[in-house]
Amino acid sequence: MMNNPTGNLINGYLRNDGRKGIRNVLLIAYLVECAHFVADEIAAGFDKQSVQVIGFGGCYPNEHANRVMKSLCTHPNVGGVLLLSLGCESFNRNKLQQYIENSGRPVSTIVIQESGGTKKSIAEGKERASTILNQIQFVRRVPMSISEIVVGTICGGSDATSGITANPAVGLAFDKLVETGATVMFEETGEMIGLENHMIQRALTPELGIELKNAIIKAARYYTKMGHGSFAPGNADGGLSTIEEKSMGAYSKSGQSPISGLIKPGDLPGKGGLYLLDVVPDGEPRFGFPNINDSAEIAELMACGCHVILFTTGRGSVVGSAISPVIKICANPETYKRMEDDMDINAGKILSEGITLDEIADEIIKKIGDTASGTPTCSEALGHREFVLTYKSFEPIGPACLPV
Amino acid sequence: MMDNNRQTMMLNIGDNVVTCTQTLSQGEEVMINGTMVGLKSNVWLGHKLAARAIAKGELIIKYGVPIGTATENIALGDHVHTHNITSNYIPTFLHD
Repeated sequence: MMNNPTGNLINGYLRNDGRKGIRNVLLIAYLVECAHFVADEIAAGFDKQSVQVIGFGGCYPNEHANRVMKSLCTHPNVGGVLLLSLGCESFNRNKLQQYIENSGRPVSTIVIQESGGTKKSIAEGKERASTILNQIQFVRRVPMSISEIVVGTICGGSDATSGITANPAVGLAFDKLVETGATVMFEETGEMIGLENHMIQRALTPELGIELKNAIIKAARYYTKMGHGSFAPGNADGGLSTIEEKSMGAYSKSGQSPISGLIKPGDLPGKGGLYLLDVVPDGEPRFGFPNINDSAEIAELMACGCHVILFTTGRGSVVGSAISPVIKICANPETYKRMEDDMDINAGKILSEGITLDEIADEIIKKIGDTASGTPTCSEALGHREFVLTYKSFEPIGPACLPV
Repeated sequence: MMDNNRQTMMLNIGDNVVTCTQTLSQGEEVMINGTMVGLKSNVWLGHKLAARAIAKGELIIKYGVPIGTATENIALGDHVHTHNITSNYIPTFLHD
């Protein structure tokens, strides 16, 4: 048994599939936008920490959305699920319910058209949610080591401080976590344009190197077709002048470890190490921008098993997430002063107080331990529960992508 | 890192830009590469200053790698940003 660096014991929630969670959420998942309101109304009566809403808005079928929903409804931080269907949408609610049942979780489905509309569905939903909540409070608790926590990272609202404070500090924390055997992942291939040749050298095998390079080439082509890089006007206000400058900063979140594999949304890495999550759809661009905002990226990291998300920001993002706690790491000391309530860690101290990257990296790992032990992050305490899932299409990864 | 002081930092030897570690005001004196330069404009935390004279068409080097190309001649100490450099990949989107 291993304690987290704060000395607190991490008491994981043991799931029937053997995975361990750090939260025990009852998910209310709507299967089309038409059921979203009822889902929100059912959740409204409960504590925000225990009952959270996710869903897919589209009425047309999509394999990516299906895969992500399956993965999220059986995420280790999820104890049970209430599915909300309008009744006539394309989403295959029976298959999803069966998949969740097979994972050993309590699950129930409400079909609004069959239940008799809004009022009756809300009343019935509240009842069923209470029943599931009662069932999941007795989930077995087991010791969990910091190396069993899957950690993802994303940057949002970046500025020119991101790439010199928060991002390299996350990279260093990643290196330390990988050394303990943990699984960590980074993404945003649209912000690695120009860095593919450096990445190749970090791949565990030459074949994986080619896959990594192809993922970046795909991203460059995709974003060029969209006519817009992964770059917002606020990035420029914060001193970033070009996508390649932003990319250098974003890439530093990955640290120095070898890259163990390339995964796509819904893939679960089987072994510890550093993974690149390829979020850019395959084939001709069909459904618009790869990720329309930061919340869509967080959803995909969670679909790959992330228990916790390290979110670096320079301009100051306030978003959190359903399912997995978001730890906000502020890169810019001026932003931290303005938005302290939303920030878990002030990496801006590297500029304003001469604190080292290493000290911030240790602070990040300690915060992961505290969060896993149950302490709410700033965004959790504020009640943030953002969630976005959009249409995409992917080809399955090839054997070269996961060499170990 | 080298040639660092309270106001700016160079991230890699050989970079032709430095990063401001605090917001600086027009007229303020800043030491860059051993030369004292008076700033021609306000420059915010995280923004870049030219570490030497950069000719139009020259690559902008930060973190030891090219991050764009100069679209005009840039003098030592000038603010280096979207008004005088451009991406070599995808154009930067700005508000009007």
